[in-house]
Order: sequence, then structure tokens, then C-alpha cells
Amino acid sequence: MLELRAITKRFGEVLANDHIDIRVEPGTIHAIVGENGAGKSTAMRIAYGFYTADSGEIVVDGEPRQIQTPHDAIRLGIGMVHQHFMLVDTMTVAENIVLGAEPGSAAAIDLTKALGEIRALSNEFRLSVDPNAVIHDLSVGQQQRVELLKALYRRARLLILDEPTAVLTPQEVEEFFAILRRMREQGKTVIIITHKLSEVLAISDDVTVMRDGRVVGRVKTKETNAAELARMMVGRDVLLRVEKPDARPGETVLSVQRLSVTAGGGERGLRDVSFQVRAGEIVGVAGVEGNGQTELIEALAGLVPAARVSGEIRFRERDVTRTSARERYELGIAHVPEDRHRRGLLLDFDLSENSILGLHYRRPAVSAGPLLDLSGIRARALEMIQDFDVRPANPDLPARALSGGNQQKLIIGREFGLGPKLLLISQPTRGVDIGAIEFIHRKLVELRDEGCAILLVSAELEEVTSLADRLLVIYHGRLVGEVDPRQATQEEIGLLMTGGGKANAE
Amino acid sequence: MKLLRELLFPVIAVLVAFVVGGVIVWVIGDNPFEVYGLLLGSALTWPDGIGYTLFYATPLIFTGLAVAVAFRCGLLNIGAEGQLYAAAFACAWVSIKLGGTVIKGFDGSPIAYGWASLPAVLLVPLALAAAMVVGGAWGAVPGWLKARFGAHEVITTIMMNFIAVSLVSYFTQYYYKAPGDPIMESVPIGESAHIARLGSFVPGLPERLPLNVAFLLAILACVLVYVFLWRTKWGYEIRATGANPSAAEYGGINVRKQIILAMAVSGALAGMVGINEVLGYRYRYYHEFSASYGFTGIAVALLGRNHPVGVFLAAILFGMLIRGGIFVDAFSQHVTKDLVEVLQAIVILFVAAEALFRGPFSRFGLLKRSKV
Repeated sequence: MLELRAITKRFGEVLANDHIDIRVEPGTIHAIVGENGAGKSTAMRIAYGFYTADSGEIVVDGEPRQIQTPHDAIRLGIGMVHQHFMLVDTMTVAENIVLGAEPGSAAAIDLTKALGEIRALSNEFRLSVDPNAVIHDLSVGQQQRVELLKALYRRARLLILDEPTAVLTPQEVEEFFAILRRMREQGKTVIIITHKLSEVLAISDDVTVMRDGRVVGRVKTKETNAAELARMMVGRDVLLRVEKPDARPGETVLSVQRLSVTAGGGERGLRDVSFQVRAGEIVGVAGVEGNGQTELIEALAGLVPAARVSGEIRFRERDVTRTSARERYELGIAHVPEDRHRRGLLLDFDLSENSILGLHYRRPAVSAGPLLDLSGIRARALEMIQDFDVRPANPDLPARALSGGNQQKLIIGREFGLGPKLLLISQPTRGVDIGAIEFIHRKLVELRDEGCAILLVSAELEEVTSLADRLLVIYHGRLVGEVDPRQATQEEIGLLMTGGGKANAE
Repeated sequence: MKLLRELLFPVIAVLVAFVVGGVIVWVIGDNPFEVYGLLLGSALTWPDGIGYTLFYATPLIFTGLAVAVAFRCGLLNIGAEGQLYAAAFACAWVSIKLGGTVIKGFDGSPIAYGWASLPAVLLVPLALAAAMVVGGAWGAVPGWLKARFGAHEVITTIMMNFIAVSLVSYFTQYYYKAPGDPIMESVPIGESAHIARLGSFVPGLPERLPLNVAFLLAILACVLVYVFLWRTKWGYEIRATGANPSAAEYGGINVRKQIILAMAVSGALAGMVGINEVLGYRYRYYHEFSASYGFTGIAVALLGRNHPVGVFLAAILFGMLIRGGIFVDAFSQHVTKDLVEVLQAIVILFVAAEALFRGPFSRFGLLKRSKV
């Protein structure tokens, strides 16, 4: 169906694609895996006409083709769904789908005709999307299906999906894979760009592995396994499971009593949550996203307006319920937020400036009066960048220039550097590549063994179960159970996560 | 390299504006080269051209800085105009009240406006402070309205402009105008409030040129704004708030406080225009003295990329255009000084439409944001 032959693409100094060959068979699901920056998105953007290759050839259905713009690609039956959706929030599903390919005359759009076609497509692939719904009323998973519909409406036979599961909950991922399988049955070809190995193994027929701009492996999914893929991606053996000694918990560091956060701003809120975290243990919170995890962490970090919070938060015997975010930080409560772009980083600031966020107002960042000690800040940032293996190791780069994994390592470096007594950490490895995941997990265990109390929230069930010493399950803003992560099965936890729990922890 | 890149677009925008302006001049029926020769030549002669260019640039440096500081906090201060009106009047008021102004009435008997007659060492700092404090307060009000109630600063600052101009004209008309004076202006300020013209100590520069110490204050303000924004924790907090308020909040920064602070600093900078006008040039409050300095400041900040060095250079350019425009008006055949406004407008259009340039340039990897 699609073949890239010896495609080379250079961005300034960086060789993003170095003579890559990818061959996608018709009617298959083809995974392209690799760490962030391996060049997989670049290759697919070339196939979709976003970029033009410096050299090499694109072959579609056996014939060499020039793909200069996305228009060319669409004409050849190639569609692409981006990681960040390109939908107009205030318009309906149908309006979004026809946007740019409006049926009818120049003056009047024939939406009725489009509605029929969209319904037919939606039924054919069982997407269950209401064409008259307005985009901002839809969940992320539904919006993604609208993107799929958009491509299908334009008669795409080959769909390129860039990190499609990054924004989905585990349930949504399952539904999404079912849709992909139906598309394959109907003869569509799918390319899925990802770095999650479990997904590759679950959904794909063939795998192309990329590393540093080159293709380093082509395998049939049936004939490979996670360890082999990880080795190809990273170039060395990778520890996929976390190895950690048993926790030796000390005194109670965090004690939460009947904590509630009223719903607001699109959040569900939190109801009557009570639990403790002791020094030297990792307490995990499992749950489908949007069940109060954000509110829990933000309330503990002091980022929820006091008027919305009730109950009591005690940190080392001290009531901190009414204290500000800064005071809590001063006391030793570090926070790695779930959304590093929204909360954790100033993307346009350079790494050195980002390395002092939250510590910028006091020594050693401030030297005299209000003056910042820029050279000292830069020197310490460089040290931290090296300790936490942030790449490229240049403190003068804007944070925006870093890959997700490196951004995360920067935040973790900053927060760990505080010498925290309590760490609130949410989605520590979202959008982070395998090498960095291993690194972050190891650092977390190290921090625990130094006696820090850690509250870990993650949407990745595997991650919380393997890291946590105790596991709390959250559902609809309540804690619905506590399990021993070494003994509980995925099914048991999954059941609790969806509200089907047997016992209630309260 | 970074500096070059920052300079590239403003410089291209200016060049393109001049080319387009040249075409317009040619269509109108004048020789573009002659008109530009006149424009730039008259702005760069020594001492008059340069003296006036810098004089015209002075208020624009202040207002450009004002807009830039607010912008760095993510705020669009459209209210520099009102802030500088309020500040100029306050500056004049202090210099009248504490400068011991006395004028002759109709019957020749003296009318005293002042309460006291302070010496320059006290009066000048007080007058400077009055301009900055009142300008700052006039800016802080919209800041507070935004922080407290979420009122959009574009709307509130525009409204504050109307209030300032009307209020100041009321006070001038009914309380501080000399009896019988047909012009909307206050009585003169006390002489000890006058600040020196640069001509009084720069060799070769005649004292009749209005260029005064306020220009040096403007340069100082550029340096201080740079230090404030990039070298202090306060500036860090303001810039962090502008760059990403959620992340600033996460970093323990009180976002509301930063909004008020940034608007106050912005207003204080705009207010310093009053120093140039009242203490250094007319020695009285003259109503409607501002040739839209507050609004031109937005253009200056935009062209100067909200950086003090850029603001300084952009203000000098605009000062040249104002100065040269007067000569173009007088000496060219057909073209009027409206050309200057056309040029300014085109410059701004191109700077604002920078994305247009980024497209073709990014193809050559010149300005590529690293994205793999």
C-alpha cells in the first residue's frame, strides 16, 4: 500500500530521517515504534506531505508518487490523525467533518447529504458518534473518533495515527483498538505511531522499529516480544519491570482526614477522602482518569482555592489545610504535576529559568535583595541536567525544545532537588520514552528508600501496581478500596476502578 | 545569533514598509528617493535633527516600555494614554503647589497658586514621584479590576483613558488655568521644578532644543526595566505569569498580585512621559499635549519585541519619522506628513503579520522551531 524508500530528511544539523525504508502491506495494522525523537513522526509527516523529503521515494500502490502537500496525500487515499486534534470546538461533528471538503455548491453547503454519509460511515465502523453533537461536549475519546471519521469521509484507505492512545483512558484504548480492528476487516490499512510496547503487541500485524533517525528493525508482531522491541528501540537491554526492595515505612508524614473538594471548572470533585502516607513508602492511587485524582493532588499541593476545600490535611503533625502552595513547598512537599505543559514548565523559558520555578524567590536563586544570581542558577541547572540526564544538556535552550521525557526529567530533577519529605507525583511517565521511564522509576524508588513519602497517581495500571507499596483505588471522587499491589490481580483492581468494588475502604 | 534572529523581522518589516511607502510616494507623483532623503536627512542633521528626533523619541521610549512590561505579564495595556495624562497633570500640580507659582491677575495684583516654594533638590524628586505614583495608580486600577473581578484590561484601560482625559481637562479649566488664558493649559510651574535641557551641558547642542534630562531618564528606564524583568525575582514572577499563569501558580506565585504589580509598573513608566512634557519642555500642563504617545507606544513595543533594547531602537525610529515628517510636509511637492503614518502603519502590519514571513523562511530551516 505505502512504501517509503531511502527517505532522508535533515533539519539544520539534525538528521531526522536517514535513508529509511518502511513498507506497509495493504489491509494490515502497522506499528512504527521508537523513542521520542527517533524520527517516526517525521517519516509519517513526509508520507502525509507536511514535509518534503530531501531525497528518497514514496511509493503508493506500487507507483512512485510525489506527495508535496497533505492535499496530494488525501487524493491518494492517505489520511492522518494528529496527536493534538484539529477540531473547531464550537462547531458540530458534521460541520467539522465537512470542513475543507464541503459538499454542495460554493454558496450553500449541503449538510443533509453529508449527514447521511457520516451516519453511514459511523455505523459501518461502529463509531457511535452523533453528527449533530457539538465538539466541546464530547469526551476526548469521542473527539478522536471524529478525527477518524474526518479521514474516512475523505475516502482515506490508509490512516496514519500519531500516538493515538496518549490521550485515552484504558477503557477508551480498548474501544479504540476494536475500531481499528474493524477498519482492518473492512480493508483499510492503518499505521500507528507509538512507543507503548503493550499496545504494539496488542494491535499490530507488523512492526518497524526506529532509533536515531534510522530503521533498526522490521518484525512480525507474532514473532517478537516486548523485551526484544525495547532492546531495539533503546539499543540496549531495558528493565521493563521495576525492581525494588520491600518498603520500610517510618512515621506518618501525610494524614488526610475527610478531605473534600467541591466540583467546579469541569472537575468532578473529591468526597470524604481519608488516608495516610508514611515516610519511605509509595502509596499509589489507581483509577480511571477524571475520577478526582487531579483534585486530590492539587488540593494537597495547595493549588485549589481554599473555599472549595474541606476536611483536614496534616503534614508531619501540622495542619496545612489552609496554607498556600508556597508554604507547603517550603515545608518540603514537592509536586510533579500531571500536565507538565500546563503546570510544570514555562515552555518559553530556558532550562535554567525553569530549574528555579518555585524556588526563584529565595537563596540560592536570589543573591542579594531581589537580584537573581544568574550564573549560579545556570551552574546548578547544568549540574542537575547532568544528574538527571536531561538531553540536550544545554541550560540555555527553551524547555519547549525538549522531548516529553526530557522535560519530565527536568521537572523531576527540580522537585527531587528540594529534598522533599513528601512527593506528590502524577502521571510520572506520560508521553515519556522507555529509557526515561526506567530512569524515572529507579529515581522514585531511590527517593523512597531515602525516607521520602510518595503519593503516586497514574493512569497506567501497570505503573502504579509495580511501583506502589500500597494501592488506593479512586472512583467518582471517593476512595473505594485499598489493595496490596503484590497480590491483587489486574481484574480485581479494574473492577474497583469502575465502581464494581466489593468493599468500601471508608 | 539569537539577537540577529530577534532583529531580523523588525528590520525586514521596516525595509518593506519603506519600499511600499516609496511606491506610494511615486504614485502620488513625487520622487521617492528625494522624499526619503528629506525624511531621513532632516531627522539626522546635527544638532537640530538629532535633537528633535531624540526629543520625540523620549515619550515613546516610556510608553513603549510601559506596554512591554504589561505584555510580559500577558496584559495588553491600552491605557498608557490615560496614565500619562493623569501623571502629567499630577506632575504639574505638585510643581505648581510646591513650586510657589504666582501669576499676575487682570488688575496686576499677584495671585498665588502655590502653598510653598521648595528648592529644586526637593521639588524635582517630588514631581518625578508624583508622575510615577499617579501613573502607576492609574495603571493599577485596571490591574486590580482584572485580578479581583476578571474584568478585561483592554476594556478597563480604554475606559480609564476617557476618565483621565476628562478629569484632567476639568481641573485644568476650572482650577489651574490662568484667568483669561484662552488656551487649555495650566499656570506655569515653579521654576525650581524645571529640569535641565541637554543643550545646557552638551557641547554643540543649543539650549533652544527641547531635548532634556528626561531623555537620560528614558535610557535609565530601559536599563532598569531590563534588570527588573530579567535579573530580579519580581521580574521572574511577572514573566512567569505572562508565560503560563497555571505554571506560575504551581510555582507558588501569586498571579493576581503580579497582574496588579505589572500594571502599576507599566502605568508608572507611562507616567514618566509627564516629566519630559511638563518639567523639561512646556513648564506647565498643556492639555492634549500627547500626540497619541500611549497608543504609538503599543506599536513601539510591538516593533521592539517587548524588549528594552528593541523599544529604544523602535522609539528612535519613530522619533525620526515624526521629525522627518514635518519636513516632508513642508518641502515636498505632493506628499504630506501623512506618509509617516502610512509608514508606521505598514511597519506594524508587517511586524504583526510576522507569521507570513515565518512560513517561507521556515522552509529553509532558518527559523525552525525544533520539532522532530
